[in-house]
Amino acid sequence: MTDQSRRRFLLRSAALGCSAAASPWVTPLALASAPWDNRLVVILLRGGMDGIDAIRPVGDPDYARLRGAVAPEVGDPTGFYALHPALSPLRSMWDDGELAAAHAVSTPYRDKRSHFDGQDLLEAGVGFVPGAERQGDGWLNRLLQAVPGVQAETAFAVGRTSMLLLSGDAPFSTWSPESRLAITPQAKLLLQRLYGADPLFGQAATAAISLSDALEYAAPTADLVEDDADAATLTGMMEHRRGAAGGHLRIASFVAGRLRNETRIAAFSLNGWDTHNAQHRGLDRALDRLSETLIALKLGLGPVWGRTAVLAMTEFGRTVALNGTAGTDHGTGGAMVLAGGAVRGGRVHGDWPGLAEADRYDRRDLMPTADVRTYAAQAMQELFGLSRAVLSETVFPGLDFEKVGPLLR
Amino acid sequence: MSLEDALLDARFGLGPHPSFRSGAEALLAPLTGPDRIAATHPIAPFADLAHQGDALRQLNRARREAATAAAREAAVDARRDYQRAMRVRKARETGALLARAVETRDPMRERLVRFWADHFTVVGRHFYLRNAVENYVEEAIRPNVTGRFSDLLAAAILHPMMVLYLGQASSIGPNSRMGRENPDRGLNENLAREVLELHTLGVDGAYAQADVRQLAELLAGLIVPQDGTLRFAPHRGEPGPEQVLGRRYGRRIPKIEDIHQVLADLARHPDTARHIARKLAVHFVSDTPSAALVAHVAARFVATDGDLLQVYTALVEHPDARRRTRDKVKPPWDFVVTSLRALQPDGSRLAQARTGDVQHHLLRPLADMGQPWEAPTGPDGWPETAAHWVTPQGLAGRIGWAMRLPDLLGAFGTPLPDPRGFADTALGPLAGPTVRFAAQAAETRAEGIALVLLSPEFQRR
Repeated sequence: MTDQSRRRFLLRSAALGCSAAASPWVTPLALASAPWDNRLVVILLRGGMDGIDAIRPVGDPDYARLRGAVAPEVGDPTGFYALHPALSPLRSMWDDGELAAAHAVSTPYRDKRSHFDGQDLLEAGVGFVPGAERQGDGWLNRLLQAVPGVQAETAFAVGRTSMLLLSGDAPFSTWSPESRLAITPQAKLLLQRLYGADPLFGQAATAAISLSDALEYAAPTADLVEDDADAATLTGMMEHRRGAAGGHLRIASFVAGRLRNETRIAAFSLNGWDTHNAQHRGLDRALDRLSETLIALKLGLGPVWGRTAVLAMTEFGRTVALNGTAGTDHGTGGAMVLAGGAVRGGRVHGDWPGLAEADRYDRRDLMPTADVRTYAAQAMQELFGLSRAVLSETVFPGLDFEKVGPLLR
Repeated sequence: MSLEDALLDARFGLGPHPSFRSGAEALLAPLTGPDRIAATHPIAPFADLAHQGDALRQLNRARREAATAAAREAAVDARRDYQRAMRVRKARETGALLARAVETRDPMRERLVRFWADHFTVVGRHFYLRNAVENYVEEAIRPNVTGRFSDLLAAAILHPMMVLYLGQASSIGPNSRMGRENPDRGLNENLAREVLELHTLGVDGAYAQADVRQLAELLAGLIVPQDGTLRFAPHRGEPGPEQVLGRRYGRRIPKIEDIHQVLADLARHPDTARHIARKLAVHFVSDTPSAALVAHVAARFVATDGDLLQVYTALVEHPDARRRTRDKVKPPWDFVVTSLRALQPDGSRLAQARTGDVQHHLLRPLADMGQPWEAPTGPDGWPETAAHWVTPQGLAGRIGWAMRLPDLLGAFGTPLPDPRGFADTALGPLAGPTVRFAAQAAETRAEGIALVLLSPEFQRR
């Protein structure tokens, strides 16, 4: 086998989940039947995204005074909202109705404005009442617990750090594209021998090596993309962002690869939203990464994009007014981004509370007018056809999401 | 070294070492003596850092109130220097923790400190507390692991770190003076629930929601003022009496003595004995320990009123402690420290570790292996089961770290040993023919060492 054909072979066996190869060391994860066909991606925007700057309420009479006037590049049909310029690469997604936002949303977390507590509560999805019972699992895991036929590959937490969002009793997988194994073929063979009589270690090593190989040979995922122009775009993006600067693209590529197989739910984090200083620089970079991530997902998913919804959520919004260092401090209400071929896009959902001081929460933060969990619940209800009771009793106990209209096509 | 001694060393200690005699007696006897290795590689007790919250607040205030640009710059510099000094201290203390495990002749003590630190998990999330977890362990846990369980329980629960971590400091008795003036504030049941569920009786223990509530009323009043010490504020405490597990505590005026009394009673409850016995058996012997082993250890706990040395003896003397089946897998921290112990880097150099080295060689790899250090997801600490740790990603983290060991050893000036003898050094009689073969068949010295450490024989216990 030539090197090139070997690459193709490994790529294919990894991509298709086939177990035809004689050696268990090229057998990727076992085939499993997924409980449904649609795909959900949850992106946690850690650090507190400034929703007012990302999805700009340019039609609010106080906006220009508070945040400065900017010619909107991409806006919603009413002209009230405009996307931040760093999101303009998503213009065609917006125009095609594959991108939406929900504004003035938050979790029920209030007042302390701590990243850690805020993220824990966003991921747990419960426990907002002081003294309420501690919840050890995340809302995506409770979703899996409520569905029959879930396998470890059904849901993937991607990235180096563990995610409360997917933790819990239901099985799920974790992998980080950075966990690629750089070991020699001889070391692989000797490890195989060492683990030959120990199935626990043997199976974990087999999966680790097959995931690592899949990543090596499938990077960029461009090889999998049917459309040549799309493949070229994806390759160009990955080459432009080598090394540490491309972590989000490697994650997106990996996630797309898994979702094209047996995986139905994937969750990962994008950091860098805590823009206390010089927000015009810091937020630009974070939104660039979000744009690229969504584009890489769309290109990598190909035909599956049409059956995918991406929810990007953050622990809280930021202050309405800029602070003394051209940044914003921890706030309350913020924005959520929805993307995907399954999404009914080109619009911004939510009741706008106004930016005037009297309209704010605590006279400083954007007043939340909806619970961000109601959007997640509604999207999952439509995506997976779950009963409303499962969502309002098990996934988000006590949540009423009657008021949210349809979010998906 | 006999096979039986090697099994015991792996199960209750940190594996073989030239300075360690091996076997049950060698594990248990040093526990009755002084904690020598802690003196060799010191870690500050929490009380030494308690003022740091105050110091940082003053630095922040100086920065805020600086009248001139020069004053502001000076204040910013002072704050940065202070934070840098805290990070340097933290890195060295983490190095000291490694050094203790690498050099100690009293290895079961290190294992017990980690066991109890996990049983009484705290996470420092805010402010200077993020770097103070090990200082809590040094102060509340370590001195008490060979004493009575009741003393250990009181030291851990009535510690500022625990009180802050589980939100106890914001809990207010609804009928206290403060509670009556602030009707929107009230009790936080978190610590009370965890004391019953995790720290004493266990989730299957004989308690009900009413007991949680009553214990929460008793605990109300514990606060941590800005000086970082634990105090009891009677005006926040719920007027008693309260009833926990059918026994009455406290009178009309709340006192901290009532808390001591209820903790002492919980410590000697038979459900607590069973819960602790089971946790010890699960941690040290098997993910699914036999009922006989748990009963044997629990009976010793009850008979000796929670004398922990006697309890450990019961655990080690039981026939199950010598079983050949090794279904436990070392959690990442133990995998790392036992690996280093086998390679014997210089402890005094570890204890002078630089922040970058600690981050690069230890903290990032531990996160890769699934154990982000000092950041478990909840007060129930790290999971025990082998299946939790041996996942594709977790194992990839172990393989990656082991393969990069030459970098780590280089940073601390330790040469790589010859892999052909290393299976014996690291495993003694536990080394099977496959691991001996793999060690000598590797392409390089570094891979040979890594393969020994990655063998199931080394990772299991």
